[in-house]
Formats: sequence, C-alpha cells, structure tokens
Amino acid sequence: MLPGSAAPAAGSGMFVPTQTVGTVLCCICGVSMQPNPANMCARCLRARVDITEGVPRHAAVVYCPDCASYLQPPRSWLRAGPESPELMQILLRRLNRPLARLRISLSGAEFVFSEPHSKRLRLKLRLRREVLHGVVIEQTHPVEFTVHDRLCDACARAQSNPDQWVAVVQLRQHVPHRRTFLYLEQLFLKHGQASLALRVASAPGGLDFFFSSRSHAARLVDFLTTVAPIRTQTAKQLVSHNTKSSVYNYKHTFSVEICPICREDLIALSPQVSRDLGGLGPLVLCIKVTNAIALLDPLTLRVHHLEEKKYRAYNFKAALTSKQLVEYIVLDIEHESPEITVDGSRYQLAYAQVARASDFGKNDTMFTVRTHLGHLLNPGDLALGYDLYGANLNDDDMDTAMMRHSLPEVILVKKSYEKRPRTRRWKLKRLPVEEDGANKAKGEEEKRADEYEEFLRDLERNSEMRFQIDLYKDEDYRSEMASTIGDDVPSVPIEELIDDLSLGDDDEDEGEDANAHAGMVA
Amino acid sequence: MATRIQFENNCEIGVFSKLTNAYCLVAIGGSENFYSAFESELSDVIPVVKTSIGGTRIIGRLCVGNKNGLLLPHTTTDQELQHLRNCLPDQVVVQRIDERLSALGNCIACNDHVALTHPDLDKATEELIADVLGVEVFRQTIAGNILVGSYCAFTNRGGLVHPHTSIEDLDELSTLLQVPLVAGTVNRGSEVIAAGMTVNDWTAFCGSDTTATELSVIESVFKLREGQPAAIVDDMRKSLIDSYV
Repeated sequence: MLPGSAAPAAGSGMFVPTQTVGTVLCCICGVSMQPNPANMCARCLRARVDITEGVPRHAAVVYCPDCASYLQPPRSWLRAGPESPELMQILLRRLNRPLARLRISLSGAEFVFSEPHSKRLRLKLRLRREVLHGVVIEQTHPVEFTVHDRLCDACARAQSNPDQWVAVVQLRQHVPHRRTFLYLEQLFLKHGQASLALRVASAPGGLDFFFSSRSHAARLVDFLTTVAPIRTQTAKQLVSHNTKSSVYNYKHTFSVEICPICREDLIALSPQVSRDLGGLGPLVLCIKVTNAIALLDPLTLRVHHLEEKKYRAYNFKAALTSKQLVEYIVLDIEHESPEITVDGSRYQLAYAQVARASDFGKNDTMFTVRTHLGHLLNPGDLALGYDLYGANLNDDDMDTAMMRHSLPEVILVKKSYEKRPRTRRWKLKRLPVEEDGANKAKGEEEKRADEYEEFLRDLERNSEMRFQIDLYKDEDYRSEMASTIGDDVPSVPIEELIDDLSLGDDDEDEGEDANAHAGMVA
Repeated sequence: MATRIQFENNCEIGVFSKLTNAYCLVAIGGSENFYSAFESELSDVIPVVKTSIGGTRIIGRLCVGNKNGLLLPHTTTDQELQHLRNCLPDQVVVQRIDERLSALGNCIACNDHVALTHPDLDKATEELIADVLGVEVFRQTIAGNILVGSYCAFTNRGGLVHPHTSIEDLDELSTLLQVPLVAGTVNRGSEVIAAGMTVNDWTAFCGSDTTATELSVIESVFKLREGQPAAIVDDMRKSLIDSYV
C-alpha cells in the first residue's frame, strides 16, 4: 500500500490487491466472526443490548362505535376499517413521539390478530437503533393498544337530538303551479345535492331543506345559482354561546326566491324595457329558464337572455301562464322563411290560419297569425296557444302594448297531441319530501297529480330538458301499445334510459343477466 | 502473564503508561494502586519510573521507546527530560525530537528490531528513530488508519492489530515485522489496541473491561504463558521414562 494514499478506484488501470476480511473472536463469547463496529457477535449483542428499553408497550386509542372512526388528538376523527392501513397510520402516529425521543427508527409494523370484541389492537413493530460504536440493531417489539369507546361529537349531537338542524334553505317561487319544483327535484336527484339534507319538507309555495351544517346549506344554494335564476337572503339566529371560549352557535336561514317567470309564459314588456333589450317586441315568450331567462320574440325570432340581476331591475310579471293555454286547430300553414336554428332550437316563421277548438264547427271565427312553429305544424294539427283576442287581462304593460302596437290575436306556443293514458317505459325517482299535512286544501292532491302528468309529458317532448335529468327504465312496462306506435307522439328513445339498480332476488337477476347476455352476443 | 488494571476508573491503560523490555514509565496521579500494580510485577526486573511529559499524564501516547532508547516530543520540559535521564539505565538513550506530529506514541509502534511509522513522518525523524532506537523503519497503515501507533501493539514475540485488518494486510505486516500477528480487540470490543493495553516480552497489562476471550487471545499471541506446562512435562518425561526394554 502506498503511504498516505486512499485506495485507488477500481477500473482506473491500477492494480488493487484483493482485500479479504479476516475473522476476529467475539470479545464476549469467543466465537469466530467477521469484525463489526462493536466486535461482538450478533447473539451477544442481542443478549446484552436491548434497544426497546423505554419504548411503550401499551397505549390507548379512542373509537366511536357509531361511525367507526378513531380519534386523532386533539380533535379530528378519522374513519378507518379494522386492520386497515389508515388504522395502522393512526396507531403509529401515537407512538411517534416516544420513538423519536429515544432515537429509534421504525423499519416495519404489522397487525397481530386479536378478536374484534376484545377492545385490544396488537401491533408488532420492527425497531432499529444505533448502539455502541455505530452498530445498528434491529429488534421486534410488540405493542398493545387498548380501545376506549366514546361517541364522537357529530354522533353525540345526532343521537341526543336527531332533528336538530343548524341551517335551512327555504326555496320559494311565487307562482300557482309547482312545475319548477318537480324539475328541480329531478335535478337534485341527478346531482346528489339533497343527500346531505337531514330532511326535506314541503311548504306553501316551495320546499324547505334542513341541514346539519351551514356549509352544506351553502353548497345547495351555490348549486341553485347555477341552475335557476334565484335571489338569496341569509339570516342567522343565536341559539347558544359559550362565554368562556367565545363560541357562538347559530341557526342559519337561507331564503331563496326563484324568479316567477316560467317556461311558456307570455310577457308583455313595457316600452322602456323593450327599448333596453334592443327593441324586443312588446310580446315575448319565455322559452327556457336556467340561471338566466331566455325570452323569444315569436314574430322576429330573436332570443334574449336576461340575467337574474337585470330581471330584478325590471321586475315584470307574466301576463299569461301555461294554465291559460287554449287549444287551436291549424287550418292552413304558409311557410314564410326557411327553418333556422336559434340558440339550439329550431324555429320557422310561418303564417297559420287557426280556429279555436271550442269554435271549430260552431262558428266561422278564424285567425290568421304569424307563428314561430312553422316547422312543427301541419294543417289539421292541434296546437296550444294564448288567446289574446278573447283574453281579459289585468296587466298595465299589456294595455300599453295594445295601445301602441297592433298585437296578434293568437300566439301559438306548442303543438298538442292526443291525450291518451299511456303507460311509459320509463319512470322517475322522487325525493322523500315530508308533506305539510296542516295546509292541504281539498283539491290539492288531484291538482298535484295533474301537474305531475303534465310534467312527464313535457319531458317526453323536450329532449333538452331530458338531458339534464336521469330517466330510469321501468321494469314493469308492458308494450301492449306496440300496434299503435305508428303515430308521431313523442316518446323517449330507449338509449336515453338508465337501468335502475335493483338488489333483488335471484330470478330477477337471472332474467336481467339473460337479457344482458343476449344483448352482448347480438 | 496478563493483568487487568485501571487508571482512575479508566480502562485505557496504554495511554497512561509505557512498557518496554528495559524500563516502564507510569503517569503521576490517581491512586497508588496503578503504580503498585506495575511495581509488584516488574520492580525486581526493570525500573518503574513515575513521570509526566509536557505536564500531561498521557505519557503512553506521547513517547515511544524500546530497550535501546526513548524518544520524547518537543513539549517535554527540561526537568522531565533530566528526570528521565537520571532514572533510566545508562544504555537507554533518551532523546527529545522536534517533530510536527508530537504524539509519538500514536505515530510510531516499535519493538526492539522493527518500527512502523505514520506515513507523513519527517525524513529526519525517521533517521533519528533508526539511530536512537536501533530499528528498521517502515511507513505503513493499518486497516486504512494512519495512526499505526494506536491501532497495533507488538513485541519481539507477537503482535495484536486492529480487528478490521484484512488477511492480505496481516500477511504483509507479519512479513515485515517477522512476528506472528492476529487481529483482535481489547477492552470489550475497543479497536484502539495500543491505548487499551501495554505489553512487553513477558508481561501485559490490559484495561479491566477486557473480556476473558480477549485476554486469552492476547496471552496466546504474545506468548505470555511461557509454555510452562509444556516445559514441565518435558522435564518430567526425561525422569519418568527410564529405559525401553
């Protein structure tokens, strides 16, 4: 070896003589071994040196039996299954401090089986520590955790008062029908927004959603701002407060009011509003309501989207609503301009000669009107529209409009189909809403059923609306109407339907499986 | 014969004493037990001298010597030098040398014929060593350590080296020194051999932490058992066996 030089690098061209390590005797037991920093054989080391001295052998964890979660001091509760990695993490975190203090590092840990009802969790740790002159020893060490049961704060509160709510969202719309709420209900189901609600109650004019935390309620309100034109007001009421820690408990109320303009409403705009919106004709039809209102001028086929804030500035009401639609028979159609697509929907300007269904055959009253439904109507069709000729309205704007412009006598809104009680091959899910028993009027149930039927018919007609919600395949559908599916009554194509999840009995499953299999092979 | 002793509750004997075939140096201070241990073994054969070097007690690591001479670092005071010259026998040449590496006991290990030195020692010092101690000087390292004086202890009959010394190194050193060598430990696994023990041709003193295994290794490699039982048997055989008929 050259004096004072380090060992030359292998492959540098120098000859490096091989260095075989010699053996020494273990200084305690005398057995021949390879030299190590302690110069003691492994058995003597393990016998003399116990690295697990001072490592805790028992510890405690707190467990909430209701929600199967473990306490991570000081305040957070973490859900963990039995013998899961999350549970191991929680247990090891409780041992971190004492291990770090003793400068022991953890090289492995595993669960040792213990009965689930024994309230004991056992871990076997592999600890590593440096002793004596830089020797690193590894040793196993069992630790037993005692599980103490305690209800976490959320479960304790829920158990003591299950109906206790902290925030409520009061959803209201001041219109006589409940179509909006039926549609919103389907939207909530699709997006799972009502899953956090403690309960849902119906109130006159709307729905109430009760939540256990303010942030859940705020989440629902945020969702509503994206799907409907709403105005929100918040209020809070002090329930209790802790003087020592300055913690105040409130009940929060979100009053959400949906704009009263609905689809198929006829609105007469005042001259000022008409001018503000760019000369939109005094009569407009509302065709779509999302977080803005879409207003269509049926005579010029112009669509204007009005935001909630702007609407509040003008605050006009509907002159005629869909309850006041009258049936007409189309006698003749004359297309005036080609079919165009405005805002995703197709319209075509046409002159139509119509007569009221009540007049048809009795007298000769006919109206020639311009309509935007030229692409749908053919002579002999039935259509629904607003009868301005015979209507008696209590609307200042409508009076002004009548005086200044010549208004059409009829505004056709939609095509009507034969009303037949038909079975549908699809169905909808409903939200569990608590009915307000005290406020029920006599004819209320029938009215509700009618509204629901109308809503379903609307869904069939309107593919855009269907896109927003989930339709489920009705297992009980029997196609006895097969022979009559020749006419052009709109129905929902089967591709849009979702298979409902049924955790049912075996024959149902077998039947479904067979169908599915056949479908795949074909 | 190997003895286990302590200096003021410390097991590093080789730091506080220096043992050669012609004399023994012992540090001052502490209880008289340390001194009396050496006295009881050696006083009728060689002089045991109490001293300090440069006012310190770590004399074992500061000086180096054999039966021919003693080398002291430049930190030695004149009084100490004079004291040593007075106490030691006349044939021992006491010399103070000027060397940058002043802990001579850590840098140089020697017996009466060969010396191993720190690779960075001065050329002049090397010549002085050869002169005063009358030895052949080799620059070496032991198990990669340059402080050869600390990590090995050898006499004219055997030697003990750092436990991590490889077999090839052991062979090479053994050839150089012409004595059998073994890799081992002292003081319950300590690798600093020369600090833990001090040895000459017929005695060894080890720290009290030395285990029985280590002691037996030391006694066997330094041949301290003197082969007495074997000698007795030989003598007895001569008298026992009368004649073969």
